Amino acid sequence: MKVRIFVNLKPGVLDPQGRAVHHALEGLGFEGVADVRVGRLIELDVADSTTDEALDEMCRKLLANMVIENYRVEKLESA
Amino acid sequence: MRAAVITFPGSNCDRDMAVAIEKVSGKAPLRVWHGDAELPQGLDFIALPGGFSYGDYLRSGAMAAKSPVMQGVIAAAARGVAVLGVCNGFQVLTEAGLLPGALMRNAGQTFICRTVPLKVENNQSLFTNRYAAGQVIQIPVAHHDGNYFADDATLDRLEGDGRVAFRFGENCNGSRRDIAGILNAGGNVLGMMPHPERAIEQDHGGTDGRALFESVIGSLVAA
Repeated sequence: MKVRIFVNLKPGVLDPQGRAVHHALEGLGFEGVADVRVGRLIELDVADSTTDEALDEMCRKLLANMVIENYRVEKLESA
Repeated sequence: MRAAVITFPGSNCDRDMAVAIEKVSGKAPLRVWHGDAELPQGLDFIALPGGFSYGDYLRSGAMAAKSPVMQGVIAAAARGVAVLGVCNGFQVLTEAGLLPGALMRNAGQTFICRTVPLKVENNQSLFTNRYAAGQVIQIPVAHHDGNYFADDATLDRLEGDGRVAFRFGENCNGSRRDIAGILNAGGNVLGMMPHPERAIEQDHGGTDGRALFESVIGSLVAA
């Protein structure tokens, strides 16, 4: 089973990287960009029997830092 | 006094840390490899050095915090053993849950490598008792991810309990409330971004870091 884990900064946590990218987009002449937040996408290939609880534990223990980040798990159907 | 310096793959200040401890204590610390499942017996002082453990993969300090030796460090810290984390070592301590908060990318996005003024906020701790209260010292920083973040409640608690050991005299990286170094609730774990081990001898350009090692080593030898 393919699983995608999206990790991003919690609302309210300043994202200097996002701000720099935002600034660069404006510099390239793109208008109407209100905000940019940079996150991380982690793709896992796990056994079909892997439980939601196990995936949550992977995120909380290692893949995300719960002090500053949120995560979202997206399961893709096996091919 | 029995000290150890932990080396992770990608640590690069481990030798400097070992030299600083030896210069001040007169005895070379043990060198421990990250994959060692058990720490040497009877340690009084454990130092986690600066560097780029595991290439800063995932997040700075995240992988090192889960390495086998850290279980021993966490257990030792719970027993009251003195633990010092400098720079990447501080990042490892927060990722391991031994200190609150997180170290984020510097607000200015750049790697900062220069000497900065630091204010000693708490001179009563195991690590700072040879400094004067409010003393301003000059210590080098060298980091990309030193922007300290914690929520307001945590920051209030740290300040209220005297757990802010050092503040930046100039906020070089965006750290909340200028925090440069914090203590755990027991006062036996210190994490700090600046490098005291790089200010030990006159040839370093300053010796303001020496009192930190004199504080902790002096306290442990006296105990």
